[in-house]
Amino acid sequence: MKELVVISGKGGTGKTSLVAAFARLAGRAALADCDVDAADLHLVVRANDREEHPFSGGKVARVIDERCTGCDRCREVCRFAAISADPYRVDPVRCEGCGLCVRLCPSEAIAFDAVVNGAWYVADTPFGPLVHARLRPAEENSGKLVTVVRNEARRLATEQGLDLVLVDGSPGIGCPVIASLAGASLALVVTEPTLSGQHDLGRVLELCRHFRLPVAVCVNKWDLNPELAGEIEREALAKGARFVQRVGYDRLFTAAQIAGDSVLDAAGARATEAIATGRRAPQTAARASSSADGAPRDEAANVISAKSATPDVATPDVATPDVAGEVRRLWQALREALDGAAADSAVR
Amino acid sequence: MSESDPGHAPLSLRVAVASGKGGTGKTTVAANLAATVVSDGLRVQLLDADVEEPNCHLFVRPTLKDSSPIEVLIPEVDEARCTLCGRCSEVCEYKAIVVLPTTVLVYNELCHSCGACALLCPEQAISEVGRAVGVLERGVAEVKGAPRGDSAGEGTHEIAFVQGRLTIGEAKPVPAVHAVAGAVDGEADVAIIDCPPGTSCPVVEAVRDSDLVVLVTEPTPFGLSDLRLAVAMVRELGQPFAVVINRADVGDDRVRRYCAEEGIPILLEIADDRRVAEAYSRGQLAIEAVPGLRQQFGALWSAVRAAADDAAGRDSAHARARATRGDTSAEASDSTPGSKAGQS
Repeated sequence: MKELVVISGKGGTGKTSLVAAFARLAGRAALADCDVDAADLHLVVRANDREEHPFSGGKVARVIDERCTGCDRCREVCRFAAISADPYRVDPVRCEGCGLCVRLCPSEAIAFDAVVNGAWYVADTPFGPLVHARLRPAEENSGKLVTVVRNEARRLATEQGLDLVLVDGSPGIGCPVIASLAGASLALVVTEPTLSGQHDLGRVLELCRHFRLPVAVCVNKWDLNPELAGEIEREALAKGARFVQRVGYDRLFTAAQIAGDSVLDAAGARATEAIATGRRAPQTAARASSSADGAPRDEAANVISAKSATPDVATPDVATPDVAGEVRRLWQALREALDGAAADSAVR
Repeated sequence: MSESDPGHAPLSLRVAVASGKGGTGKTTVAANLAATVVSDGLRVQLLDADVEEPNCHLFVRPTLKDSSPIEVLIPEVDEARCTLCGRCSEVCEYKAIVVLPTTVLVYNELCHSCGACALLCPEQAISEVGRAVGVLERGVAEVKGAPRGDSAGEGTHEIAFVQGRLTIGEAKPVPAVHAVAGAVDGEADVAIIDCPPGTSCPVVEAVRDSDLVVLVTEPTPFGLSDLRLAVAMVRELGQPFAVVINRADVGDDRVRRYCAEEGIPILLEIADDRRVAEAYSRGQLAIEAVPGLRQQFGALWSAVRAAADDAAGRDSAHARARATRGDTSAEASDSTPGSKAGQS
């Protein structure tokens, strides 16, 4: 079984939109939304929840008033400033569940309760089962919940004979990201041609190297700053990315979200509409979008000027970005890399 | 304006800029607001608490003046004293310390620095030592003021800058966020905190104790879904909050309807403008790239103050605290629409 994890470092680069498109292109796969802080994949894969499970990721201390003598020992030892006095109370948001106060209270006046701090769900989608989750607001242990979601998606994949798990990761480089990387076959890092995107990509690539995970990079919305896109691609390859691929900026991504569909569906709808209104469908060969050599792409400048003059999705005349084609090519490259990764591990 | 008088008592307003969804424009709002406000002659501190991916520095380009390690405490076992009794492992809720037949292993990345193992070791064989998980950097960022008719805004202005950076490979950002939040300067008129995305522990640490949380969202289904979660979080914390809608014309109307239904004020809508996106891509402040935006951020500042005052007014203890800081913002709250901060 192969597992593709889509992460980004910087948020809002298009992870979830791409995963929704990959789900459609993969045919059938197990889907795991590991962005448990802000899960959105279920909004664009026509998900129907069929199971809900509580998630308990830890414990929290609670003062039992009748036993409390106000000795203050708990407040003294708490490193998280979670306990206030008169009357003694534990702030469940601040409490880290270490249990030190519970153990040290001379009157056994502190209970230590398991808390439900989230839930995870199994949904049916036309593309395979989806496992997603919701962490209760202001909770911790998102890394543990990510692990639950991934394990459940893998279990479902095995059960249903699926050879692929698609994981939508979370932004950043901290515990939920680390939890989504362990044991994956390949990571796709989605970035954008901004200084922030470049900066954050550098940190994520380093994280992947830390975990010895093969990486591919997608520069989404590349035509926002073609020069920086090229620079980012060269850097990514120098830092060991297997390949880089670009996808153009297109409001189709937003249109797809609003329709609750993938960008491929939205592209199909746009093509149909264009035919119906007698306009030409998007140009598939408007520009080359994939290259691992970082070579300059002259057509980029044309695309930019054409697009800034006609930013509206309803004018698919010259050089309308073919994001659907770009996403398809990206998926093909990922599929090949995943098969290669499988071959690598077979050799080992 | 009387506030440009360096002798005035600081406003000490603490504003956290957060969002559920990443990439909605937190950094854009935080950095541009800081640059706008500092041009009004106020003392501004900009703190980047998105320690996993700090980006504010790309826009205000600070000169960093000092850097100090952010440390957490981890146990160190004195093998000469240790009897391998196993008590430390038993009391560790995080399974961060494991007693083997001949030695004790500490898994640093699992440790929450609670101190239980050290305090409860019957042999006093465990001491706690610092381990760096990131760095806290301080500096000064110079931004240009804009000619605005009066001469007050011209010239360059200094923003006090603080950022935390988590070491790559470290799983727990909270201590680093805590260090940034702890660097808020009470002498500043406004401390603007650029928070991490999400709704869990790192954000909580960053928005806690702020006078107002500004939630930045975009009018898309993902934006709305994540805004709902962020609102649930700030309500859980009892923090006053309001919304800024970025790329305001890209999607649909559901975010606005949601805010109206929930009585959440929308302080500013920033239009989707390719020039803003391109300035962002270059690391340029949007107010320097797009005429008119500076005025919009000026209006945002008035709305932020009004919303914070309004929230404070409903919390009398807080109001007293603010009164002692010499707050004088009545004129702003009178003239600003949408000044009611949403609260639980």
